[in-house]
Amino acid sequence: MARLPQVAQGDDQLTAQRAGRQLHGGRLTYAVLIVFTAGSLFPLIWTAIAASRTNTRLAQTPPPFWFGGNLFKNLQIAWTDANMGTALLNTTIVAGSIAAGTVFFSTLAGFAFAKLRFRFKNLLLVLVIGTMMVPPQLSVVPLYMMVAKLSWTDQLQAVILPTLVSAFGVFFMRQYLVEALPTELIEAARVDGASSWRVVWHIVFPVARPAMAVLGMLTFVMAWNDFFWPIIALTQNGSPTVQVALTGLGRGYIPDQSVIMAGALLGTLPLLLAFVLFGRQIVGGIMQGAVKG
Amino acid sequence: MASDTTAAVPSPSPGQEGTAPARARGEERRSRRYRRDVRWSPYAFITPFFVFFAAFGLFPLLYTGWASLHQVELTSPNDMTWVGLRNFSRLLSDDFFWNALRNTFTIGVLSTVPQLLIALGIAHLLNYRLRASMFFRVAVLTPYATSVAAATLVFVLLFGRDYGMVNWALGLVGFDHVDWQNGGWSSQLAVSTIVVWRWTGYNALIYLAAMQAVPADLYESAALDGASRWQQFVHVTIPSLRPTILFTAVVSTIGATQLFGEPLLFNGAAGATGGSDHQFQTLGLYLYEQGWVNLHLGRASAIAWAMFLILLLIGAVNWLVSHKLRKGMTS
Repeated sequence: MARLPQVAQGDDQLTAQRAGRQLHGGRLTYAVLIVFTAGSLFPLIWTAIAASRTNTRLAQTPPPFWFGGNLFKNLQIAWTDANMGTALLNTTIVAGSIAAGTVFFSTLAGFAFAKLRFRFKNLLLVLVIGTMMVPPQLSVVPLYMMVAKLSWTDQLQAVILPTLVSAFGVFFMRQYLVEALPTELIEAARVDGASSWRVVWHIVFPVARPAMAVLGMLTFVMAWNDFFWPIIALTQNGSPTVQVALTGLGRGYIPDQSVIMAGALLGTLPLLLAFVLFGRQIVGGIMQGAVKG
Repeated sequence: MASDTTAAVPSPSPGQEGTAPARARGEERRSRRYRRDVRWSPYAFITPFFVFFAAFGLFPLLYTGWASLHQVELTSPNDMTWVGLRNFSRLLSDDFFWNALRNTFTIGVLSTVPQLLIALGIAHLLNYRLRASMFFRVAVLTPYATSVAAATLVFVLLFGRDYGMVNWALGLVGFDHVDWQNGGWSSQLAVSTIVVWRWTGYNALIYLAAMQAVPADLYESAALDGASRWQQFVHVTIPSLRPTILFTAVVSTIGATQLFGEPLLFNGAAGATGGSDHQFQTLGLYLYEQGWVNLHLGRASAIAWAMFLILLLIGAVNWLVSHKLRKGMTS
């Protein structure tokens, strides 16, 4: 079907529009930004440096500032000790399912709230937004009881199912579709006799694709880094996620700091890679969600 | 997907070759199906959200309240003995609870205030026309990609007492070594640093987005009136950003109330006590300790409800403040 005009603008375009009026950053601006950026990146770089050293070298002053030769050995130990292979696979499954589910259900609900008419719509939308206020801690005890009763302890669905929908996601998709999806397009399809599901499949999903991608990435990052519930529902010996496996690494009898750093590196690397590849989109997504949220 | 077989693009239906009444019947059936579809499909589209929320959000929320009125142990979660409000009354006379509440507050302030102030400044700088502006934005956001676990483990090392880089750097400028893990204020400062590091860039981008939505003519007229850059920042940018600042303050406050992973892992091997002297145990961590270390699920539920009440209180205060602000602006 025909490509639709993109309603949402990248912020680059916005910047370009205002370019004439906007002031250039001075030298001081760059200096402060470079210092701040260095502060942001330094702990990550240093994780890699520490992971490439030995435990004894880390227990000396001054601390190492450059890479040593032990990276692969440490990565290997972390990989086997913390069961990193399984953990990474589990986390990929968990974060992937949560992202896919959230995107799918949020798009459906967001479309209904943005473009369809039904009774109690506004009330229900307020309810959706209201659910964002409920902190996860509040439901963790019964959730654990439920999971125990269903014998889901240590199984990945215990982590996936409770986070499969997101109020933020519904709201995010609604805000996008209100502007991006022309109502006439739906009406035209309706006149042709298209069923609601056909409208969703052939019109809503294609139009929503950019926002779906952004929501998917944000949800994936969040699910990958989730800590509170996984550490309760999963154990280090069962089927841990990366975060749970990492805590196990830190709690050995004689923790080997360089190995711990190697584990931390392994757990963070996939997301850092995603940041290198999709950083622009992730930044755009956060800024877009922020303005409208 | 099944949709393609039921596709309602007017296709030659069997009725078309039949008699006129049969055709009318077919059409009526189709239009009835169509009306049903239009009427009910919106509910079908929003149902998954509400079903999942009811099962994994609302039901547990209410059940936590129920469980908080019982004595329940993790070892046999189905044996519940009614104790009324005893879990709550014990909480009120529990020193560790008040300690955790105090720590949550101080760590919350220590992490939220600098985080938002720095974010505001960085956003302002990012709002200039810059070379490599996308690089700065992505780089500033990278800590957001790090997990609580990975970040905390690195900072434990950086804040090490004997060989940590922070103490080494402090030593260079003539300070004594600080015991970041066992000190009172120092451990809280260290835990807050992790939060600040992870979330400042994220908030900066939110502020940046709001700044780019400020109409440029506001700045132009301010400049015409002779306002300096700083005055423009204070009198144009900040007021325009007020709703956003309020929003981030609420979100960060909620986050601070729930702080859990940082204090848990900053403790190294010692578990959920939040330091040797509980000096950085937060409410979230105390809940975890009561429920999953001491196995008292009933008491953990009571803590959860206490946290909820605190959040409601914060919400109410926030509403009052924003209400006052709005009133102040219009009058």
